[in-house]
Amino acid sequence: MITEKNITDFIYREADLLDTMQWQAWLDLFHPEGRYWMPLEWQQQDPVLQPSLMYEDLLLLKVRVERLAGERTFSQKPKSRCHHLLQAPQIVACDPEAGSFKARTSYIYSETRGDMLERFSGWASHDLVQVDDGLKIKLKRVDLVNFDAPFGNIQLFM
Amino acid sequence: MDRYRNNAFAVEALVRDTEVHRDVYVDPEIFELEMEHLFPNSWIYVGHASQLAKPGDFITANIGRQPVLASRHTDGAIHVFYNRCPHKGVKIASEPCGNTGKFFRCPYHAWSFKTDGLLLAIPLKKGYEGTGFGDARANEGLSRIRNVVVYRDFIFAQLNDNGVSFADYFGESLSTIDNMVDRSPEGKLAVVAAPIRYMHTCNWKMLVENQTDTCHPMVAHESSAGTAVKVWKREQGDSTETPMAVQLYGPFMSPYEFYEQSGIRIWPNGHGHTGVANSIHSNYSDIEGYLGQMVAAYGEARAHEILGDVRHNTVYFPNIMVKGAVAILRNFIPIAVDKTLVESWVYRLVGAPDKLYERALMYNRFINAPTSIVGHDDLEMYERAQEGLKSNGNQWVNLQRLYEAGEQADVTAVINGTSERQMRNQFHAWAKFMTIDMDKRVEAAE
Repeated sequence: MITEKNITDFIYREADLLDTMQWQAWLDLFHPEGRYWMPLEWQQQDPVLQPSLMYEDLLLLKVRVERLAGERTFSQKPKSRCHHLLQAPQIVACDPEAGSFKARTSYIYSETRGDMLERFSGWASHDLVQVDDGLKIKLKRVDLVNFDAPFGNIQLFM
Repeated sequence: MDRYRNNAFAVEALVRDTEVHRDVYVDPEIFELEMEHLFPNSWIYVGHASQLAKPGDFITANIGRQPVLASRHTDGAIHVFYNRCPHKGVKIASEPCGNTGKFFRCPYHAWSFKTDGLLLAIPLKKGYEGTGFGDARANEGLSRIRNVVVYRDFIFAQLNDNGVSFADYFGESLSTIDNMVDRSPEGKLAVVAAPIRYMHTCNWKMLVENQTDTCHPMVAHESSAGTAVKVWKREQGDSTETPMAVQLYGPFMSPYEFYEQSGIRIWPNGHGHTGVANSIHSNYSDIEGYLGQMVAAYGEARAHEILGDVRHNTVYFPNIMVKGAVAILRNFIPIAVDKTLVESWVYRLVGAPDKLYERALMYNRFINAPTSIVGHDDLEMYERAQEGLKSNGNQWVNLQRLYEAGEQADVTAVINGTSERQMRNQFHAWAKFMTIDMDKRVEAAE
């Protein structure tokens, strides 16, 4: 039986895997049909016919992860690192019967490379589903507070 | 300081037949002069008429660093103004777009202006009686930019009142915009969303040059496009259909021979495009229903002619790139000598299937977003160049690939697709529009 604590623990673990650059373990958190979405509009509804910063399936996320380790990935020489500071996740839906769960988490995210450090603020929304005894990400939606600002490179995952 | 101001000879000397001096990318004075001469003398993209659908609609933009405001007047005409109140200089509009109703109203002292820029009212107008206000510059209302042309809904403006005409400036290069618009079964494009914005810490010209640099994709993008191809090969299993995403990434890894034969076309005044015979956009899957719509609209022969012209990147000198086959326009907006804001717009082909727009949006976020791995590859190169050019070891950037002695400038020609001639073409135009209204010589320093 999935509890609210299981959901928050899952979200903390996800951030920890990103911060410790355990990319493969992070990918393993996704459902095979899972998506990672960064909208480009306020309260955006449609990831396909409205512009987004990212809307990626597992194949594309694998490409990103593999690229990060590539011998000729020059934008990762030197490598980037990241840090997530999460507020306690808000449970939006918890339906163990249906095996579906939603949470929304306010965060501050830092990404650093060389001497540069960029800081972002926003909300992560997790749509999770139960698979066997555990949870998998169906959709991770990342809404930046300033989604419409012009950023430099964002190379890791929020 | 002031090495180049009022010194056309010194500016011209930065551009040689096969190389350019690094000052064109790193010298703050050259950047200032670009803002004072190059941008005002050129025709600059302001926006798209679909953003000004109704009277009172407005957009804000920059020409070089000059803030401008474009509006749709009640009679349907589009006007472009300097975006400042004639009273105290306050920006009249600060949002990217909106509708102002019947008039603009300055938020500071409530001076108001009709949407053709003319002064409508001033509170306490009697305070100006007998002051000679009738002759004041402020009485004219918003300063209007005289040279504005709306070509197939693309709004261009030239700040210099006496510059080269629109037709002479663009000439045959407008065929890329024609092709992009013709790809809509209704011959109409529409902006329906904001652009992707991406800040680059490099000189704006590095981005422009990269648009027709066909010798970098298989090298710089091996990490992104190369990895995409590799991961797909490993993961595809029994799948026979290549996903749209892989179709978009894959062609970046095309070999040199592909780019060589696909060709580059150059035009006068620094315009030119890659992908003459074919391009990286040639082999995308057909989208159901689209060809039928095009044939119904244009007839069999014309529809195939439009869709068969699959140009890659068209540079409209100085600072936009149009990708007709995908309906994308990239605007390289100069902020400082080492800072460039890139806004990448996607147009919706009116009347065409949603899938085309979906593909264009996907392409835009794959290639032109701050979260795009192809973008990461490119920006890394620009930033390294911006740093590396500080080196005094060699102060020249080489643009010699496939140079031929006696090469003509300001001509139309189709050449080998790996040539750097389009970059030479741009720098010829750069020197021309930088110096066309600049004094030829300075007195010797005292």
